[in-house]
Amino acid sequence: MRAVSKSADEIVYGLKREYLEKICAEGSRIDGRKFDEVRPIIVNRNFVPRAQGSAEVRLGDSRVLVGIKIEQGEPFPDTPNSGILTTNAELLPMASPTFESGPPGEDAIELARVVDRGIRESKMIDLDKLVIKEGEKVWVVFVDMHILDYDGNLIDACALGAVAALLEATVPASKVGAEDFPLPINHVPVTVTFAKIGSTMLADPNLEEEEVASARLSIATNENGDVVAMQKGLSGSITKEELFSAVDASIKLGKDIRKRVLGK
Amino acid sequence: MKLINEEGLRIDGRKFNELRPIRIEVGVLNRADGSAYIEWGGNKVLVAVYGPREAFPKHTQNPSRAIVNARYNMAAFSVDERKRPGPDRRAVEISKVIGEALECAVFTEQFPRTSIDVYIEVLQADAGTRIAGITAASVALVDAGIPMKDMVVGCAAGKIDGKVVLDLNKEEDNFGQADLPMAIIPRTQEIVLLQMDGNMTRDELDQAVELSKKAAMYISGIQKEALLAKYKSQEQEKEGESSE
Repeated sequence: MRAVSKSADEIVYGLKREYLEKICAEGSRIDGRKFDEVRPIIVNRNFVPRAQGSAEVRLGDSRVLVGIKIEQGEPFPDTPNSGILTTNAELLPMASPTFESGPPGEDAIELARVVDRGIRESKMIDLDKLVIKEGEKVWVVFVDMHILDYDGNLIDACALGAVAALLEATVPASKVGAEDFPLPINHVPVTVTFAKIGSTMLADPNLEEEEVASARLSIATNENGDVVAMQKGLSGSITKEELFSAVDASIKLGKDIRKRVLGK
Repeated sequence: MKLINEEGLRIDGRKFNELRPIRIEVGVLNRADGSAYIEWGGNKVLVAVYGPREAFPKHTQNPSRAIVNARYNMAAFSVDERKRPGPDRRAVEISKVIGEALECAVFTEQFPRTSIDVYIEVLQADAGTRIAGITAASVALVDAGIPMKDMVVGCAAGKIDGKVVLDLNKEEDNFGQADLPMAIIPRTQEIVLLQMDGNMTRDELDQAVELSKKAAMYISGIQKEALLAKYKSQEQEKEGESSE
């Protein structure tokens, strides 16, 4: 076979991967965390008072800002008696040298859709209570997620920011002659993402870990410990055992984050 | 809506662990390097493979391996209400996870700087299009002569009327409580595609994964038979010519 010349970037990448695989096999992580330990989380609520709800989340050195806008709109024809949830993510070019401006790429779309799925499938928001006039007018909940600083695991940072912001959100019903009311909430989903390095599943990967991971797995659970959404990413595989070790860890970590960070 | 009757049968008469009928045909397109057509229940999906060929634009090239590019597309007429043509956000996400899943099986390191392009066209949709698509795509990759660990097999399980069942149809998908599309590499049992929405306990999840894994072994057989059928029919044609 033809010899392939490698660029400096690739050599560095190969060395990094080898090193991280080696220390994982020895039972440790590059920043000293345990395999199932998440980075410190800081949630700063109501960061943007002009929004109907907002939260700034710092997950380690990753930083995202989620704003909720709730406006009137027409219901979808197949769900005339239901409000609408729409989710969008922007990987701002300020957040990383690898992000470019322009319309959302597949990474931003996947990120938004995975966060959306966790909120939607857990039935977090009681959309049936967001009807203004049956079949004609409903409240549309816009979840917009801005990525400000990228140090890995944007899915969990965004999902947490979205849930924290939704928990605080107010429906501006005074605009239609009623009284403002808190966004009706039924459940509180928490998403936990794992990166597979070698044969280890690491919770809440940082950027260095994410870059060398062969597979990624995100699991959203509700307060009953049921799984409500999952997504595997990247071009590596996982075994059934790895899947269930991640499921178990996500139920445990979800419970902890729900109580400690979200106060639920 | 009741999805399972008193005898434990589903609205289309299937048992909980029964697949819809699956039929695969290989080499159905002339220009493509490889192709396959699959009918899976009411799903009709056509797949074409081009490559390995020089990746374009150039900055997408990887100097040490091939990239696998999947494009999942639904025809405007494939669903009840006309779908606006072109990729929507759902299609972008599905294309991404299918491409990543196929990349797990392909020996990409043999074709540096190239792309292997997989075009998946859903002609008629009936729930489970992504797994029908990925199942046909692996057959089309073999038809194109792309070396792989094994053919990736897609399969889905879900939950309807509180019970874990295999391979949801449209009504079951719409009115059921969970859907778990999955794809595996049969030879190694590795999971290469996994998504889930709905609500399942850990035990239900375990049952669903097991159901799909078992079914995947059976579907793997259908893939192989489809490939064999193509070469058998070519052989027969050759024999026919020589006896003339």
